[in-house]
Amino acid sequence: MPYKLMKGNHALAEAAIRSGLALFGGYPITPQSEILEYLSDHLPAAGGVFVQAESELAGINMVYGAAAAGFRAMTSSSGPGFSLLQEGISYIASAELPAVIVDVQRYGSGLGDIFQAQGDYWMATRGGGHGDYRTIVFAPASVQESVDMMPLAFDKAEQYRNPCLILSDASIAQMMEPVLLPEKIACNPDHDWAVRGKRGQAFKRVTSTMYYIADFDAYIKKKYDTIQENEQRWEAVQVEDADVVLVAYGISSRICKEAVALARAKGFRLGLLRPITLWPFPEKGFAAVNPDVSAYLSVELCALPKLADDVRLATGMNVPVSHFLGGAHTPSSRAVVEAAAALLNQ
Amino acid sequence: MNEKRTPKLLVTENKFCPGCGHGIINRILAEVLEEAGLDDMAIGSLAVGCACLMIDTFGVDWVQAPHGRAAALACGVKRVRPENFVFTYQGDGDALGIGFSETMYAALRNENITAIVVNNGIFGMTGGQMAPTTLPGQRTTTCPAGRDADLTGQPLNIINQMKHLPIGYLARGSVGSFREINKLKEYIRAAVRNQMDGCGYALVEVLSPCPTNWKMPLKAALQRLDTQVKSFFPTGEFIKEGEQIHG
Repeated sequence: MPYKLMKGNHALAEAAIRSGLALFGGYPITPQSEILEYLSDHLPAAGGVFVQAESELAGINMVYGAAAAGFRAMTSSSGPGFSLLQEGISYIASAELPAVIVDVQRYGSGLGDIFQAQGDYWMATRGGGHGDYRTIVFAPASVQESVDMMPLAFDKAEQYRNPCLILSDASIAQMMEPVLLPEKIACNPDHDWAVRGKRGQAFKRVTSTMYYIADFDAYIKKKYDTIQENEQRWEAVQVEDADVVLVAYGISSRICKEAVALARAKGFRLGLLRPITLWPFPEKGFAAVNPDVSAYLSVELCALPKLADDVRLATGMNVPVSHFLGGAHTPSSRAVVEAAAALLNQ
Repeated sequence: MNEKRTPKLLVTENKFCPGCGHGIINRILAEVLEEAGLDDMAIGSLAVGCACLMIDTFGVDWVQAPHGRAAALACGVKRVRPENFVFTYQGDGDALGIGFSETMYAALRNENITAIVVNNGIFGMTGGQMAPTTLPGQRTTTCPAGRDADLTGQPLNIINQMKHLPIGYLARGSVGSFREINKLKEYIRAAVRNQMDGCGYALVEVLSPCPTNWKMPLKAALQRLDTQVKSFFPTGEFIKEGEQIHG
């Protein structure tokens, strides 16, 4: 199969079409607008529906409607728009429907700025909207991974009937890399839970499932416990003998991979644990880490540490966890090595 | 012989307050859907407010949206299942306050859906607060001295907002009298047929009493509806088969 050179946003959009995307409802915002632009052209040609919504609020509810009808539906946004999506994501989770939401992260709170960042980590991994739910969060570190995660996200969303997020960022979305695209698949929307008019059957009510499930607290806890047990994904790079382990996802993990090679060349045993799912957080990945590791260093592209908290929770705080941040300034691999080496000498 | 016939779509007694207009509107909608043979193909989009009580008593497939977002949700359903009859059923606070943008844009895109908007001039479920449609001078729990239009703006007239749009059907009915109820059934019938003929967006606003929150006996509430409310919000058809009706 031939590789194609594609921009992250375009590749992700094409992968969504090939994953059976039936409806996209979204609103422009940098740095994800190429997803809309691509889908406005290519999705109708592939038999799907593209709607440029009047707001993110409308877009996510178009997704909710199409998902309730059994079809694969998606929206995408960035920072400020991702905030607006939270209401709808909470409703979709509460109605136990599948959907895929893409957040191409940008820097800062409020309006912020349009360059790469990882500041939406808590909003993505803690539910983001109101109430008791989580979303499965995939964090691509390359254009190829953005593509590979799309069919996976739809499959997992349908398997657990729960929204899935793809948490990308401006650099992954804007860079061009060679990719292998998946084959286009056809999807059957007539799930037994989908509304299609009752057609001789009892009428269906798609709303918060809590109204109709006995012992809902236990039921929903078990659902998320099952996801947490089964869906942790990570990549471990030379963690077995590492004296310091970096923890980073997405674009910052690529800086860290380079840092590991740089450190190892100098005889400094540095490792990297890269969460591929951010929720569930890959706690299991830490089992392979050198039991005598001196410290963890969470490397994050944001002004305030967030991922570091999950590293502390996953490691039971038995080993010191520090953070190395780069918000407005992207850290170099050399600076990461220096920060990690400083931990070793403490 | 008198025979009591209840539409099969009304699967159990409704949960509205005594004297509430929703019961009549529910019944009319059920009768129209059954006579059109659409009860098996209808998908309703509800949001939040008294209207959402229908989800357990009105036997069609339902999806419940966040407050105000029923129109956007209905667009999502209709776009992927065009063979179904897709409608929204909302109160005025829901459709015209928090959901004004979603309601207007569904009309601006001329989505092929049918919207029923019940205007009782008040937030019913939350206990009688001022709504977008509360009349000037009307007392509510958030304008206890009466609505001051200089401070809060004039009531929203959705018909005026939409009557120049190229949509399929637009009407305002009322449950204030037998005569109005009979006309309302015609409007809802036309709004349903409009969608099945693929003629685009249809909206029927329905003036309805809320005796509980108006703090009035039903007879007085209906009288108010048929006089004060109707003179502010005139009933009739405004767009039919895509043509504006003048007069």
